[in-house]
Amino acid sequence: MSAVTDITGIGHPGGSRRLGDRVFQGLATGAGVLILVVLAGVAGFLLIEAWPAITANAADIPGGEGLVKYIWPLAFGTLVAATIAIIFAVPMAVAVALFISHFAPRRIANVLSYVIDLLAAIPSIIYGLWGIAVLGPASTGVLNWLEGNLGFLPFFEGPASSTGRTMLVAGLVLGVMILPIITAVTRSVFTQTPRRLQEGALALGATRWEMIRMTVLPFGRSAIISGSMLGLGRALGETMAVAILLSVSGGVTFNLIGSGNPSTIAAHIALDFPESSGLDVNALIAAGLVLFAVTLVINMAARAIINREVRY
Amino acid sequence: MSAPTSRESQPTGAQGDGNGAAPERAPLTGRRFEPSQPPAPPARAMAPFARRVERRRHVTDRGVAVIVTGAFLLALAPLISLLYTVVSKGMARFDAEFFSVSMRGIISEGGGAYHAILGTLIITGLATLAAVPVGVMCAIYLQEYGTGRLKRAITFFVDVMTGIPSIVAGLFAFAAFALFLGPGIRLGVMGSVALSVLMIPIVVRSTEEMLRIVPQALREASYALGVPKWKTITKVVLPTALAGIVTGVMLSVARIIGETAPLLITTGVFSSVNVDPFDGRMQNLAVFAFNEYKSPGVPPEPSFERAWAAALTLILIVMALNVIARLVYRRYGTELR
Repeated sequence: MSAVTDITGIGHPGGSRRLGDRVFQGLATGAGVLILVVLAGVAGFLLIEAWPAITANAADIPGGEGLVKYIWPLAFGTLVAATIAIIFAVPMAVAVALFISHFAPRRIANVLSYVIDLLAAIPSIIYGLWGIAVLGPASTGVLNWLEGNLGFLPFFEGPASSTGRTMLVAGLVLGVMILPIITAVTRSVFTQTPRRLQEGALALGATRWEMIRMTVLPFGRSAIISGSMLGLGRALGETMAVAILLSVSGGVTFNLIGSGNPSTIAAHIALDFPESSGLDVNALIAAGLVLFAVTLVINMAARAIINREVRY
Repeated sequence: MSAPTSRESQPTGAQGDGNGAAPERAPLTGRRFEPSQPPAPPARAMAPFARRVERRRHVTDRGVAVIVTGAFLLALAPLISLLYTVVSKGMARFDAEFFSVSMRGIISEGGGAYHAILGTLIITGLATLAAVPVGVMCAIYLQEYGTGRLKRAITFFVDVMTGIPSIVAGLFAFAAFALFLGPGIRLGVMGSVALSVLMIPIVVRSTEEMLRIVPQALREASYALGVPKWKTITKVVLPTALAGIVTGVMLSVARIIGETAPLLITTGVFSSVNVDPFDGRMQNLAVFAFNEYKSPGVPPEPSFERAWAAALTLILIVMALNVIARLVYRRYGTELR
């Protein structure tokens, strides 16, 4: 008998339902809400633990000149490293995405994108070790060339580092690390370009590149933008590769090839946190709060762009 | 190239004839027809120009193909170089001792990552235990129950959460525990909390994807038999999607098992075996590699070799998880397609 009432209960979510259904739905909804709670908790707990540093006397903050002066060089270093990463990674990622979606043989395209995804699977600490052991030493020749030939630019004024542990190399490593996410986002939209547009362009006599320029790239433009923003978020928050690779002096400088570089927020936290205590910890958490806020805004903007596109 | 040329040579001949004989407009004006704006160049003159344009278009096309292919190969270069470096440098200490002893009392030579491997398994295992139920239930909510603004908000913030920097997750775990247990606290379980924050959104995403491809007909058949919705989900939908969910969980474990930054600030650095995540510091493979490289002993070479061996171990774990996850999906998950 009860089965009959159950069936009607299923058809009408507002009607009487079994206890099991209500409990299970409650659990599922609770898990969903928990996600929002955790995200709010991240912001809340960071704010609570950062508060002593925010309200402290300027002289008590490490450096003795207040929280803004303390975080500014770190924020600057973070921006520089992430900018270099984006400059390297975005054109590469778009080209790789195009290769997989429109140039590679269809049969092996999946394998190729899996290989690119492997780049994202490698732990960041290993990128740091690779950077310091391989890419850094290998780049000294290029760094010296940049100093000699482009030294009139503030970015390459030198003296060039002899170890390669410079901002330019750190940014390059970050670029390799964020390449897969940008590739994944742009590739998935490139492959969704309507066939009729592509074939229409080809039928009008366009070459493959003209077809891509006229249909695929305009169609994927917002994916390129949002993918780049996701990559930017990753690059801003990436910690260990920079922490282990970059040789830091702390000052603000545009010189990208020297051995005295500004640190980044994330790397600074990772390196200083284990040895800090008292208000220093609060100041580090305040820096982390800044990083969280910046990456949150960038990620939300990127997701908003992607979602708008999906609806279209 | 030959097709366009021949197409254009046709009108060239026609107009050339017209120029040589009497053009049709000439009788009206009494002189050669010369409009003020520059006339369209005769097609005979166009032909080499057109060929040049055509040639440039095709050269550009080829050039782009070469550039794009080159970019792909260039993107592979760091992967190959990195794998080669880790394997060649990691083999030196990839021995039985590395996997059987800890760093207790070790100053230069010898020593191993036994304690770090145990720590990695415990910390990651706890994180997985916390993240999988929450992640799977959240995905069930999104796919089976969710409607309206709450669903949209959760979907959006799950995506946003995948972009949280790992160090921020570590700071969150530290801040939450420090608030209740006092500053300077370091526990294995704090690392698990940080890692589960990173892991949950990945589990939600992949599980949701897997639930979505379970055919609607299966659910409706179950409802038609009078099975309540929650039993339909637990007995029909979840088992059907199980292989895909397991694959997603394994991939998410692979993503977090190499995390260093959040553990550096929550579980700390420790050189002996500790298997109690609720009591004291705990070592982890990635932190071990970092610490051996950052503060080496004297001489530094044994430390560096241990760091590379730990890196090799990590890469093998990550690759194995990736490969097994895909095998699981291919072996058990194909019926869904």
